[in-house]
Amino acid sequence: MMRFILPLVIFLVLSAFLYKGLGLNPREVPSPFIDKPAPAFSLIQLHEPSKKFSPEDMKGKVWLFNLWASWCVSCREEHPLLMALSRQNIVPIVGLDYKDKRDLAETWLSQGGNPYMLNVFDAEGRIGIDYGVTGVPETFVIDKQGVIRYKQIGAITTENLREKILPLIAELQKK
Amino acid sequence: MKKMLILLLCLLPTFSYAGEAKELAADPVLEKRMIGLAERLRCLVCQNESLASSHAELAEDLRREVREQMSKGKDDQEIIDYLVARYGDFVLYEPPMKSYTVLLWFGPFALLLIGAGVLVFQLRKRRQTVQEYELSPEAQQRAALLLKEEDNK
Repeated sequence: MMRFILPLVIFLVLSAFLYKGLGLNPREVPSPFIDKPAPAFSLIQLHEPSKKFSPEDMKGKVWLFNLWASWCVSCREEHPLLMALSRQNIVPIVGLDYKDKRDLAETWLSQGGNPYMLNVFDAEGRIGIDYGVTGVPETFVIDKQGVIRYKQIGAITTENLREKILPLIAELQKK
Repeated sequence: MKKMLILLLCLLPTFSYAGEAKELAADPVLEKRMIGLAERLRCLVCQNESLASSHAELAEDLRREVREQMSKGKDDQEIIDYLVARYGDFVLYEPPMKSYTVLLWFGPFALLLIGAGVLVFQLRKRRQTVQEYELSPEAQQRAALLLKEEDNK
């Protein structure tokens, strides 16, 4: 009897592991940034190249830092959500235009609407590297002290906006 | 005409390849060192390729970053630390020894030991059940006879 049960148990355990693996997203690499201060930078703005922006400017506010580009397809998917979020006026969204061309980015925003408080312009993708970005879109939730609390890899969905991001923002804003 | 077109299409890949190997350090020694290090690092976009062989844009940017830091005089470990701080241990092909990677490093050896243990256990058990059996002289004689008959056939 044991002769059959043991292989069966091994088989079931293996299957359970493999089944779990099917549902995992290999893109979701654990970020070393959670609960670490957002890396400092000072970049020119997209719309007003004479002005600069640095994460320091947002101290005392909970904010979203959203990396996007006009060439990025998934950014188009999440754009309506960001628009809805900005209309509700819950949280300021700062955009980073990643490895893009200024005129293309401006056209993109004027066509699809601009949910951002402001945008910074990172033509070479260097700030992206500092934030450990593997691709756009990515979104960081940053608290009043300038600490990264959450990182969304890939497009924001209605689901994780409702279940994770909005509750987290509400909690952080109370502090 | 059709043949010409096919011929031209065949040439197309060679044209597209010409565009790829663009960014190179002026110094071939530095470039070699960069590739050596990049081979031990993982491309974050195409996750089963090394940073050295990947054509992803991010990989190009990271190679540029590594190249720049090398020319600034940073050593390999400093550059690895820089990347790990941003992308986590995932960027390393060889996972570091940490409390949560113990299973990864020693799991296979543990399985091997368990296997060897089971084997030894089973062999001992078999030796106990299959007892040595001594033939009686009569039986031995019969066996010899049978074998002889077999030979004569």
